[in-house]
Amino acid sequence: MSADQTDVTASVAAEREFQALVDADERIEPRDAMPEGYRKTLVRQIAQHAHSEIIGMQPEGNWISRAPSLRRKAILMAKVQDEAGHGLYLYSAAETLGVDRAELLDLLHAGKQKYSSIFNYPTLTWADMGAIGWLVDGAAIVNQVPICRCSYGPYARAMVRICKEESFHQRQGFEILHTLSHGTPAQKAMAQDAVDRWWWPSLMMFGPPDDQSPNSAQSMAWKIKRFSNDELRQKFVDMTVPQSEVLGLTLPDPDLRFDEETGHYVFGEIDWSEFFEVLKGNGPCNAQRAAHRRRAHEDGAWVREAAQAYAAKQAARAATAGAA
Amino acid sequence: MSELTPAGGHGAVPVDGVPAGHRAETPASRSDWPLWEVFVRARRGLSHQHVGSLHAPDAAMALRNARDVYTRRSEGVSLWVVPAAAIVASSPDEKDAFFDPAADKAYRHPTFYDIPAEVKHL
Repeated sequence: MSADQTDVTASVAAEREFQALVDADERIEPRDAMPEGYRKTLVRQIAQHAHSEIIGMQPEGNWISRAPSLRRKAILMAKVQDEAGHGLYLYSAAETLGVDRAELLDLLHAGKQKYSSIFNYPTLTWADMGAIGWLVDGAAIVNQVPICRCSYGPYARAMVRICKEESFHQRQGFEILHTLSHGTPAQKAMAQDAVDRWWWPSLMMFGPPDDQSPNSAQSMAWKIKRFSNDELRQKFVDMTVPQSEVLGLTLPDPDLRFDEETGHYVFGEIDWSEFFEVLKGNGPCNAQRAAHRRRAHEDGAWVREAAQAYAAKQAARAATAGAA
Repeated sequence: MSELTPAGGHGAVPVDGVPAGHRAETPASRSDWPLWEVFVRARRGLSHQHVGSLHAPDAAMALRNARDVYTRRSEGVSLWVVPAAAIVASSPDEKDAFFDPAADKAYRHPTFYDIPAEVKHL
């Protein structure tokens, strides 16, 4: 047998062993043999997820200095800190696949890797902090809970930590809206306006309909993805509509109704042209988000350099003291 | 149309034409701060457990960052940070041969032995 044939046989055996592990619901760990497509899909997905977490700090950071009370301000700061933490868990998971965090950030800054379109919408009022927590984080939880059982160990473990923390995010958002909707008529109107603006973009977070989502089958076979886009979207709608009734707020969909036969809510057509426009970079805040991220990175360069210089100086001193 | 996936938990993003990064041959040679592995003791009576990693310029900063990243909700009473480069690991390529010696020694387990059913406390 030639060397080439030996290689081919070995890689076929490795691929078979990989799929057997996945099929048996075992986890794939960092140094296991894995198909290059699996590795690339995960790097791209985990990186985009990490980027979304850190870009997601911007729309909420916008309101820290204008939170209506110290209590709300402390909560919002804790939430934005969590988003930074979630980004770090995820970059850490991505790095186990042989990429470098610095490289992923470079790709984000160059516009070559993406983040979720939801963060390209502006946060116009305080009520948007409530709507983001309730709807955007609510949709994120529905997306993320199944990833806790993703076939790639480090991603699944990061997601367990994140899901635990997201629960606080969603509840604090609900509380903000509940307080506003039981306040003055002006406060209730502000809450309603925020829900009207965030409802449809939140539904778009689950991605295009299943028949237009060609990658899903492979991700399902690899058990990176456990449910289809439409299944997750339906689950979110079914959970959320009854909550809107408790809030005393309406959802901006005249076609929304409960179907007694299926036990599910039926909802109206999603305007996918808006989704694709935002994706192409034509959303209200795409340019602003990217520019702010790059500026924050560049403005922080001297801090990173100073910390490195300090570490080098301390190490040199310790070496001299050791030699003396 | 562009291929899309609800990447991760935060919604749909395109996947075609998006670079996935390349396998870094020598990650340590890059200019980013060194990588540290983080271990947390959740409470007294438990051993430290690996929770993830982070980048930091030195050990003191690694500890502070580990506190902020991995124990924001009192998840630990003690932290270890270890330079990732200092960890020696068994090779996944040799894992069968490496762990084989234990595979055929079932007699190391108490269940290997046939004991009459009436015997107690054994």
